[in-house]
Amino acid sequence: MNVPNDRKYAATHEWFLIEGDIVTIGITQHAADELTDITYVELPDVGSTVGAGAAFGEIESVKATSELVSVFGGTIAEVNADLADSPELVNDDPFGKAWMIKIKADSLDPAETLLDAGAYGQAVA
Amino acid sequence: MSVVAEMPQNTTTPKLQQHDYPTLFEIGSKGLSAVSLSKSDVPAVDRKAAVPAELLADTTPALPEVGELDLVRHYKRLAHRCFSIDENFYPLGSCTMKYNPRINERAAAMGGFANAHPYQDDADAQGVLELLYRLRCDLAEIAGLPEVTLQPAAGAHGEMTGLMIINAYHRARGENRQTVLTPDSAHGTNPATCTVCGRASVSVKSLPNGRMDLDDLRAKTDNDTVALMITNPNTVGVFDETIADVAEILHAKGAQLYLDGANMNAILGITRPGDFGVDVMHYNTHKTFSTPHGCGGPGAGPVGVAEHLRPFLPVPQVVKKGDGTFAWCSDRPDTIGKVRSFMGQIGVLVRAYTYIRGLGSDGLRDVADKSVLAANYLAAKLKDRYPMPFPAPYAHEFITVPDFAGADEHDIAKRLIDHGIHPPTMSWPIHHCLMIEPTETESLRTLDRFVEVMLSIADEIESNPEVVRGAPHTTPVGRLDEVTASRKPNVRWRPE
Repeated sequence: MNVPNDRKYAATHEWFLIEGDIVTIGITQHAADELTDITYVELPDVGSTVGAGAAFGEIESVKATSELVSVFGGTIAEVNADLADSPELVNDDPFGKAWMIKIKADSLDPAETLLDAGAYGQAVA
Repeated sequence: MSVVAEMPQNTTTPKLQQHDYPTLFEIGSKGLSAVSLSKSDVPAVDRKAAVPAELLADTTPALPEVGELDLVRHYKRLAHRCFSIDENFYPLGSCTMKYNPRINERAAAMGGFANAHPYQDDADAQGVLELLYRLRCDLAEIAGLPEVTLQPAAGAHGEMTGLMIINAYHRARGENRQTVLTPDSAHGTNPATCTVCGRASVSVKSLPNGRMDLDDLRAKTDNDTVALMITNPNTVGVFDETIADVAEILHAKGAQLYLDGANMNAILGITRPGDFGVDVMHYNTHKTFSTPHGCGGPGAGPVGVAEHLRPFLPVPQVVKKGDGTFAWCSDRPDTIGKVRSFMGQIGVLVRAYTYIRGLGSDGLRDVADKSVLAANYLAAKLKDRYPMPFPAPYAHEFITVPDFAGADEHDIAKRLIDHGIHPPTMSWPIHHCLMIEPTETESLRTLDRFVEVMLSIADEIESNPEVVRGAPHTTPVGRLDEVTASRKPNVRWRPE
């Protein structure tokens, strides 16, 4: 299973790429595979706020609907607009082109609760 | 193996072609009609003079023009392609696809019910009012709760009504609680209800045996907790015996216990929500009391409440007056108001009442006993080939997570169609599962046939997995492109 080393992971299958106080969030390949073909991704508006541990959006596949959860609270700095028309990007490139949001984090403390690539890879093996 | 499903010689045999099932537009010819109107004796009006120019279309709508016989055949053909509980086994977990007794229809069609008008004087509608009064009393007795409102239009609406009642209760005590707890196995409507009612939902973990993690519940219940919304028996098919402890943990912090009554079928007459600590519950009459099902209704989602919540129930309520007559009463100062125009779809409530009275209290208990027996019978017969993640005994439904190398739950569901069996609920509430609910109305013969079919599919996956992966083979169309249909829905036929 491909699990990039440059970022952290939640047990709920989101990945978090931390660069300064900006955190980029997406879902893992494992999550995308489990959901199967993604049909819709609902993301928040730029400028809105999200609470630590709260849902910031929803992802739908043919099979299921899941919440997207951020362990970081903060302000939405950027949203990947491509996912609106091309939700299949989440299946094709979940760690790259299918990033979902960038948050300006209020605090980076929640990073301590996240898994590194090795631990996440083992958890879903 | 005596199981026979129509098996094509070659699994790549093309399905019946689309032109074998033309649309109404395609079978029509200009000038054909299924009606002939008598000559109008009203003088013709010039449409251009009667309608402002900007509202006039410049083309005529492309409506189908079809003769009566072709029209009849068209709809008859479509009707034959429908799948229903009246024709075949329908073990759709969580949905309780039980048989809808015909006597329900007869009662609902009676003129006094079918032709009642909501603005009729109470004096002229005593029969309807008495039925509604008796139904709400019966539902209260079954729930073990003192009062029931019949207003909510369906289960999810009942949830909303219930949560509004709970919110009103907390407000009346001067509290402004914000958090609603839902188990991680909750119906999706539960967190949705929280959001609609302006509250945040927080998920409570389940144990590996499917019961609620009481430690997690304790940790998450505090003075901000509005309520816990729980389903019991829960969505994984087990009755949580710790429910009284759950209630105690919540009540100790002033929080309320809300029961989603989706699975009441399994406990009718055996135990009552009011007796195990529930403060509010809703019924799904279409599941438990055999009212019409599917396609969004019409439904009914009656809500029952404990004594301390009665002041907040919706109005008007149907009451029995001192002189023995029945009337609407809106004298309830703390009510949350009206949640539905009039009393919803009376016909659905007539069906529920007919069902309850037709069975009587012993009969309702028998419903629960037989639905639980049927589910556990199937589970016991299937468990060697179909792994079950939660330990038996089950309530009225159970979950299996098939573990075959050659085919998955999706393929098994599709293969069942070839045997004339509706696929069980899939991939919910846990990944890769099938959720099977036989209901009490199926005969032993039908249950045995289902077991045979399921075992034959297990054999087939090992011997000839392509057949299962290519199923269904006997339907007009095979596997549809669900992905494109969801991503780029095209919901309207257009003339070329």
